[in-house]
Amino acid sequence: MDIALFSLLTFLGSTTAGFLGALTGLGGGVVIVPLLALVFGVDIRYAIGASLVSVIATSSGAAAAYVKEGFSNIRLGMFLEMATTFGAFLGAALAGMISTRIIAVIFGMVLLYSAYLSVRGHPGAGAVDVPDFLANSLRLDAAYPGSLGLVPYHVHAIPTGFSLMFLAGTLSGLLGIGSGAVKVLAMDQAMRVPFKVSTTTSNFMIGVTAAASAGVYLNRGYIDPGLAMPVMLGVVLGSLAGSRVLVSSRPRLLRIIFAGVILILGFEMIYNGITGRL
Amino acid sequence: MDDKKPAISDARIDELIGGLLIVGVVVSSLIVLIGAGLYLKRHGTQLPNYHVFYGEPSGLRSVSGIIKEASSFSGRGIIQFGLLLLIATPVMRVAFAVVAFIIQRDRIYVGVTLIVLSVLLFSLAGGGR
Repeated sequence: MDIALFSLLTFLGSTTAGFLGALTGLGGGVVIVPLLALVFGVDIRYAIGASLVSVIATSSGAAAAYVKEGFSNIRLGMFLEMATTFGAFLGAALAGMISTRIIAVIFGMVLLYSAYLSVRGHPGAGAVDVPDFLANSLRLDAAYPGSLGLVPYHVHAIPTGFSLMFLAGTLSGLLGIGSGAVKVLAMDQAMRVPFKVSTTTSNFMIGVTAAASAGVYLNRGYIDPGLAMPVMLGVVLGSLAGSRVLVSSRPRLLRIIFAGVILILGFEMIYNGITGRL
Repeated sequence: MDDKKPAISDARIDELIGGLLIVGVVVSSLIVLIGAGLYLKRHGTQLPNYHVFYGEPSGLRSVSGIIKEASSFSGRGIIQFGLLLLIATPVMRVAFAVVAFIIQRDRIYVGVTLIVLSVLLFSLAGGGR
């Protein structure tokens, strides 16, 4: 297989991953690394570098659709980015120190967790919505446009959310993914931000977080232009197409199938990590 | 925190930032595409070797090295320059937010965004290597 064919195949694979990721709302970034490492036999460090770049591209690209809707909370995003960027920097530094086998196993566990979360769905926040002192002094409370005008909301549990975001950033920097699953945990469950606000705000944050670790990866020589090129172009094209096809409804069957793929990839990553093949 | 109406609204900031991100992605994708054409034309028939990790040469690792490589019309250099631009897009977004918060006279968030910006610039400059 020469470079032309290799580029074509990784482009097609990345397009599919981006398409399914956008269509199901699970994000394509999480399957790029296993796809490159397990299917194409790419060293996991190059795979992570290429994946990080594509994560930045999808996050920035998706902003077009989100910005118009006015759901994102810029202060909340910026505040939490302090946690995610420090985490991402740490994660990227860790990636250079620990063995690729351990990275593969951690990756596999994150995949299993993502698969679990995606099937379980999003539990609605049923608790009483009382203002939080810290959120109020940081001016994190805001409102989003609903069908009957602006819907005000409060943000809660800032320390817990902040800590979880640090973890999300670390995983993002270590594994080259967007870490959407942990972000959902932090914003939807801990901070009880309305679902639409948390989705758009975390999308904004993902690009900044990934940029913090991408700088480290670039300087360390983990980002190969020949590999990142088809992956980035493919993921951008795929996720653009995916978000156009179905904007609001997310097909349940497709979601379950994609979650199944993520589950299998998770086991494969753990197995290959333990046996030392990655 | 004052009660005066800010000179620039949050919604307007959102809009401008959104536009900035789109321009960043489109421009960097086009540059990557141009580099891809050159790269595939020159190296398309060679064999890929990603199974073993070597790391990139120094010319493709640092901001100054990449600019030098790209200006010599190397396909890989041009792709890397496009990728560098893509990585810089969120950084520019944060820098833009710093300015917006300064205009809004929101001191807490000027501080917050400056911290985030410092981490990003430190990382890009090779601080984590």
